[in-house]
Amino acid sequence: MRYLSTALLGVSLSAVFCITAAAQTGSGEKAAIAATEAALRASKEDAAQVTRGAKLFADNCAKCHGATAKGMTGKDNTDLVRSLYVLEDEKGILLTPPIKNGFPDKGMPSSNLTDAEIKDVAAWLRLQAYGAGHRVTYSFLDILTGDPKKGEAYFNGPGKCGTCHSATGDLKGIGNRYSPQQLQGHWLSPGGGRGGRGRGAAAAATSVGRATRTVTVTLPNGQTVSGPLDHIDDFNVALHDSTGAYRSFTRNGDVPKVAINDPLKVHVDMLKTYTDADIHNVTAYLVTLK
Amino acid sequence: MKTMTKLSTSIAAAALFVSLVPRPASAQVTKEMLLHPPADSWPTFFGDYSARRFSPLKEINSTNVQNLSLEWATRFTPGPAGTGVNIKSPALLVNGILYFTSPNNGWAADARTGRELWHYGYPPNTGNTNGNRGFGYYGNWLYMETPDGNLVCLNAADGKERWKVRITDAKLDYTTTAAPIVVGNHIIVGVGGDHLDNPGFIESVDPETGATQWKTNTTPRKGEPGIETWPDEYAAAHATGQTWIPGSYDPELNLYIFGTGNPNPVMAEQSRKGDNLYTCSILAINPDTGKIVWYYQATPHDTHDWDSTESVIMIDGVINGKPRKLVAQANRNGYFYVLDRTNGEHILTQPMIEGMNWNLGLNAKGQPIPNPAKYPKPDGALVLPASGGATSWVSASFSPETNLFYVGVSRTWSMYYQTDTDDHPEGYGGVDSSSGSEGGSLLAIDYRTGKAAWKHDWPGGGGASHMLTTAGHLLFTGNGNNIIAFDPANGKILWHAGLMAGPSNGMTTYMLDGRQHLLVGAGDSLYSFALNKPVR
Repeated sequence: MRYLSTALLGVSLSAVFCITAAAQTGSGEKAAIAATEAALRASKEDAAQVTRGAKLFADNCAKCHGATAKGMTGKDNTDLVRSLYVLEDEKGILLTPPIKNGFPDKGMPSSNLTDAEIKDVAAWLRLQAYGAGHRVTYSFLDILTGDPKKGEAYFNGPGKCGTCHSATGDLKGIGNRYSPQQLQGHWLSPGGGRGGRGRGAAAAATSVGRATRTVTVTLPNGQTVSGPLDHIDDFNVALHDSTGAYRSFTRNGDVPKVAINDPLKVHVDMLKTYTDADIHNVTAYLVTLK
Repeated sequence: MKTMTKLSTSIAAAALFVSLVPRPASAQVTKEMLLHPPADSWPTFFGDYSARRFSPLKEINSTNVQNLSLEWATRFTPGPAGTGVNIKSPALLVNGILYFTSPNNGWAADARTGRELWHYGYPPNTGNTNGNRGFGYYGNWLYMETPDGNLVCLNAADGKERWKVRITDAKLDYTTTAAPIVVGNHIIVGVGGDHLDNPGFIESVDPETGATQWKTNTTPRKGEPGIETWPDEYAAAHATGQTWIPGSYDPELNLYIFGTGNPNPVMAEQSRKGDNLYTCSILAINPDTGKIVWYYQATPHDTHDWDSTESVIMIDGVINGKPRKLVAQANRNGYFYVLDRTNGEHILTQPMIEGMNWNLGLNAKGQPIPNPAKYPKPDGALVLPASGGATSWVSASFSPETNLFYVGVSRTWSMYYQTDTDDHPEGYGGVDSSSGSEGGSLLAIDYRTGKAAWKHDWPGGGGASHMLTTAGHLLFTGNGNNIIAFDPANGKILWHAGLMAGPSNGMTTYMLDGRQHLLVGAGDSLYSFALNKPVR
């Protein structure tokens, strides 16, 4: 109760107050991301309601609360994305009184919106808060800033991509198959990285689990067993041999000898050599491979 | 307001689920016990206040560790909140009873058998359940944070709830996962969460009532020192800098020293130009007042989500021939730091992994100078390490016998994308997408040079993992589903055991009935190991 009541009476109540200073600019006005389609799907808000709410908000509220409801820079009490009224609202129940009545003593006027319209605005506001708080719903901005010609030169030159790949062979049409962001992630890290969001350390496991890796185990008697790597740690190595059979070996230091062949390792090795411009140029080039 | 809270607690008590109890003997955790933990106890998160996670026990040692065998394994089932069990909490040990947590759940179990004595199941709620890092223990009382932003006090004897107080509002995306730390009569609690630009803070509550004793913001307000590292008070007040991993405590200096999380908006820095104190910092505070005594910022103006919440380990060491009271931290940003813990004076900074590309060298205080070209960009900037970091919150260890600091690192690259170019971004403002890993290693770092005396590359990948060292000349850690013992001097593997899941908590060790035990949690289970008994 302590913080809830404090917050309701203090910080977040004030978040729905409106500063009426006329020409506030900046903050929400540039609105690079509104809530995305992903946020809409994940939040389970009603699309039609949100669409109506967006227009109502823009016409009635955005002047003081910013186009994305994040408020005006430096004006904490105009930020609705982290207002408890929004974060705890259901079906407009919590938001209806403040929107309808305003806070005249704080400069927020009452509104003539109908109950149904307020519910629409509430749905849109909840979506903004949901989108801000859930980074898996963030939308990428402009990935394609590179120069396709420079990318092609890098592909065939210092990148040595042509060693394994061909624009008219395995990569033909790749520009049709992925979004630019997916493509950039995919070519940088064929074992993972496609459209991933956050917490990159998880990739450590991904790259290890790649199905492309093969291993050759040389037993003390000289016999060798090779095939796709299934598992390796300090104590065990497991693979599928040439007949497809699962084989597992206990490791004791260097016995048996284990040699891993990872054809994709070059992609990891190359990471330390790329400039960001190289990356953006190559992506811009690959996108042209229709 | 606290009274009201307690009233609501009693109402909420109807929703509690405490299973039947063979009532254990009443146990007292005293100030003296916390200052000098007996060999048959593990009374606080790190085992003692130094955070070294070094045990003086040596019955299990490098000459007999091959005989270390499973005594029991127990799987624990969750309560009504519906949260699966993942034990990230070290199991405290007091009077032969283990006390440990998982989000929405707390347990007591007999250390001799693994048998559950009581279970505390928190009611269903919508709070974040990414982890709970354990109980604090004071007197006869246990303290646990709950996903919905509360701190509960339980009776250690039967797991019954004594009171519940609100620490944060989970609806604002605060997370409450930290293990409370008991210093004197202070229950020190921390918070997390960085999606909605919440003010970061650390708080101390009264052990008897839960009333706030002090609350210290981790970023400055108007007129306070450090505000000059922000464009305005608004940016500072919403900059997060959370406190989700416990600190260490020096009773002589009366300093509680802990790390703070990253600034917000995390990957959109345009609204928070400046160093952004005291985010990504090591802070020393007076635990009686909460006043900041000194600070060192490990990552000025972080844009990569690199919390500095990793263990801050106290080392009584020697630098240039002189005895020094030090702290050391292996930071998520890829650097290893050593400071003088009396005043925060910088001693050394060394990279833990090769090839980091995000900073333009170090300044005179050993702080990395961020390279603006490697801030997250709409079209992506490739950076080593990834947002998960070169290492993370899991506990490192320092052995005064080897003078080495043990930490797990990973060399994973990520493309950092800025997704919010607004003048007033919020939340993350960006994402990162992993771009490949060069693998992970266990490092044994000499604190006097910051350089690795040895390292072990994990053949199947790995990164940060919990560490424990002992006077038995052993280093325990986990990789994959294995718990592994190393020779701490040279990295030779001496023993291992495969578990049903990867070790998920900081393993602990203690004496019980005259025998040394090793306890580790992996997923939903605890495993107790001891040396095989001779056949009689």
